[in-house]
Amino acid sequence: MSKTEVVGASPVRVDGFAKVMGAAQYTDDLDFGPGLLHAVVVESTKAHALLKKVDVSAAEKAPGVVRVVTGKDCPHKFGLYMQDRHIFAQDRVRFVGEQIAAVVAETPEAALRAAKLVQVEYEPLPAILSLGDALKKDAVLLHPELGSYQRVPWFFPRAGTNIAHWRKTRKGDVAKGFKQADFILEDTYTVPRYAHCPIEPHAVTGLFDLSGRLTLWASSQSPFAQRNVMAIALKPFGLSHKDIRIVTPYVGGGFGGKAGVSMEIIAAVLAIVMKGRPVKLNWTREQEFMNTSQRQGVIARIKLGVKKDGRITALEHTLHWDAGASAEYGANVVNAVGLSATGPYRVPNVKIDSVCVYTNMPPCGAYRGFGYSEFHFGLESHMTRVAKAIGMDPVAFRKLNAIREGDTLAYGAHMNAGDLHGAIDRVAKEIQWGKAVRSQKRNMAIGKAVACFWKAPAMPPNASSAAFLKFNEDGSLNLSVSGMEIGQGFLTVMAQIAAEVLTVPVAKIRVETPDTDRNPYEWQTVGSHVTWSCGNAVRAAAEEVKAKILATVARAKKLKVADLYLEDECVKSRRDKAFSLPLRSFVIDGIMRPAGNFIGGPIQGTGMFMPEFTSAMGDPETSQGGHPNVHYTVGCAGIIMEVDKDTGKMSIRKVALAVDAGKAVNPDLVKGQVVGGVLQGLATALYEDIRYAPTGRLLNPNFTDYKIPTALDCPQEIVPIILETAQPDGPFGARGVGEHTMIACAPIVADAIENAVGVRLKTMPLTAEKVALALRGIEYDDVKGDNLGFCFRGRPCDYPFEVGGAK
Amino acid sequence: MKEITINLNGAARRVAVAPNETLLDVLRGKLGIKTPKEGCGRGDCGACTVLLDGKVVRSCLILAIEVDGQSVTTLEGVGQQGPTALQQAFVANNAFQCGFCTSGVVLAASALLTEKPQPTEHEVREALAGNLCRCTGYEPIVKTVLDVARKTGRKSAKRRARS
Repeated sequence: MSKTEVVGASPVRVDGFAKVMGAAQYTDDLDFGPGLLHAVVVESTKAHALLKKVDVSAAEKAPGVVRVVTGKDCPHKFGLYMQDRHIFAQDRVRFVGEQIAAVVAETPEAALRAAKLVQVEYEPLPAILSLGDALKKDAVLLHPELGSYQRVPWFFPRAGTNIAHWRKTRKGDVAKGFKQADFILEDTYTVPRYAHCPIEPHAVTGLFDLSGRLTLWASSQSPFAQRNVMAIALKPFGLSHKDIRIVTPYVGGGFGGKAGVSMEIIAAVLAIVMKGRPVKLNWTREQEFMNTSQRQGVIARIKLGVKKDGRITALEHTLHWDAGASAEYGANVVNAVGLSATGPYRVPNVKIDSVCVYTNMPPCGAYRGFGYSEFHFGLESHMTRVAKAIGMDPVAFRKLNAIREGDTLAYGAHMNAGDLHGAIDRVAKEIQWGKAVRSQKRNMAIGKAVACFWKAPAMPPNASSAAFLKFNEDGSLNLSVSGMEIGQGFLTVMAQIAAEVLTVPVAKIRVETPDTDRNPYEWQTVGSHVTWSCGNAVRAAAEEVKAKILATVARAKKLKVADLYLEDECVKSRRDKAFSLPLRSFVIDGIMRPAGNFIGGPIQGTGMFMPEFTSAMGDPETSQGGHPNVHYTVGCAGIIMEVDKDTGKMSIRKVALAVDAGKAVNPDLVKGQVVGGVLQGLATALYEDIRYAPTGRLLNPNFTDYKIPTALDCPQEIVPIILETAQPDGPFGARGVGEHTMIACAPIVADAIENAVGVRLKTMPLTAEKVALALRGIEYDDVKGDNLGFCFRGRPCDYPFEVGGAK
Repeated sequence: MKEITINLNGAARRVAVAPNETLLDVLRGKLGIKTPKEGCGRGDCGACTVLLDGKVVRSCLILAIEVDGQSVTTLEGVGQQGPTALQQAFVANNAFQCGFCTSGVVLAASALLTEKPQPTEHEVREALAGNLCRCTGYEPIVKTVLDVARKTGRKSAKRRARS
């Protein structure tokens, strides 16, 4: 890789002053004038019921009310990967919080008052609030029409069951692998649901203007995916892609929760019904918890066989996911895990079953880590336990089995470049692995742990990106892309890539958040793939611009293109040191010839990128044959943690996290992802504890009862370590890192607890309460009560992983 | 409806408010002040932070009618003479990501530094504990506030030495 100047530096973020001075606009900051209408949604209070009657007569007569919309006005379904979600509930409701109707009024207060007047008559149905009930033979079905739903070809729903998708991966012969093993450990781990908790709740305003054009201003990670999902779902209203425009101002945090489509489509329908007047729909914090998407809960059985020397011989990994009432996005999480649940290890014999199960709980979807955090908790816990059981050092055990470039993955494709071994070494060194530390406090014990991680973007094989670049008279540039600035620094990184190619400073490049009418296509800002994918498109656009610049100068000045190059915003010549033509002198106005005519014109360029080597066409029974993932990012995390032997309270001294970014386009931003992601990951381990009542009602949809960390809840030190093993098809070698930073956080906490005080927790979250119980020999499952974190009751070790005869 | 007068970012503003309207709703809906954000509506997240007579408050928990005659500072008022040293340091240190909590965080940090120009790290964390940030992990924010305090301290020490 040749030396770069801007790529690899950390210039000031292009959105910095806008955000810190208060100029950055978020969706709810936009004004729509006195014609604006406000909507409030009427939600189901039952987890599963037939809707006998929805009486809106009193609400319609309430002061200020303009219209009440119900499922009768809009019987349509939608979904990103499978159309299993109703815009408004039809004959039945499937979770507490599901939208039944919406009141549109002149003020938010009028809408709220009237929403309480909507009378809903339910006929209760047996609710599926445990995975066991969902999967038993003759289970109550959430989606009796599952077999007829539109879906992507890589989903395999089982019609007549509650199984929305089942990803099977088979490699080698696991029976033989376990026979070869000297030691086998089998155990069960559970991970509850989690909520994204962006500080900005979902917000959207829709306007269906008098010409029949629908514009949505939405807080979204996915303007183009949204437009596409809506164009398909709203086709019965006569809309197509060109009639729908999505404008996405700055987004106040996404974490996957603002990917795809959730509540935005309600506002779209309300706008259509209220033609000519804008309609605003803002989710409350409570709705943000209950009715967007959550991270799925999962119970996982892991059986791992190893030789005495530590080599892994076989892995059986079975995961049953609580997808909630809709799996239109969540089933792809299940799919991603079904392909990659070996973790970043060489495993010759593999059997993975990742099963997506409908339940009467709120729908789930993308969440930073996309299933990998969930399965790494069990798998990495298991790796440490197996290593210890055979008397091997857990770091040496991981290094022995760590995956390398060229290794055959569970589904038959080959591993990309990445320095997992280096990451393990760097982390082990940083936390002084092997060196015992004693706490100076009598009741505190110190534990250390290390865990590896990997993750690939989960995308359709033709997910793509595009970019436009255009010059201004002063040699500054406008760069248009449709990846979303969700805080990670995407816009800055794209500007850096263009700056590198064109030798224009980042400060002279303006990059704005997207508008589907004006910006080029981007699939979605998810999967930590936009630096790589959109970065490639930007680089291609910049190269096209560069080629036009050089060609123009060559033509006007009668020079050879091969002799020309760009430096410091000028075109220079290798043959004539004195030749230097500033870009600003000609990129709009052209170059004057001696006769007074001009050569050139406004210089602009476009770029596109699609990973043309990927394919989702693996065999449904084995996953062999396709190439479903573009590449993995690998890394390792380590921790030094104190545990109070009386209270179980944990205090983290240090977390070190090494990630192979390929090329850190902006190292400070990569470090920002590490520090932020580590705290988010630690929060899932230590603080966040979602609870549902046995009725399926979420009990803690607020920040008082669902704790996310404050500035007082941070580790003493987080050490980001960046490795750079180039991704050959990435822009300047870059690959994504955003999600990866939280994946290993839960297993390092679990391992460090065991290392410190000798108790092993297999049920997340890993709260002080659970540690304290375990220290007293009390089984958590004996005292956990009825308010649970996901659709699972009973003891994990007794869960049979049966699928009611489904195959 | 009752007319109230507030000193908003240094200028007197009169506005008619209903007795049940929060300061947050009046600022956003009637006075065009958009930097205080609604993240939870119940005082948990701090995104709606403003300074009321210089003190940090949650504008979602305060009725507009209560603040008649008082002064309200929002982020719009902080950088009126150009970015403050704190704002410049926020940009230089990437002490923000999505930016949604940033308005509240900058105000809470500004108030701290006014009240206590040389805070300890723990005091900074305590002062910011009412402002939730889901992106940054807080480290760059805490570091930035401490950096600015240290630099300001050095400057005033120099001034003292000169005089």
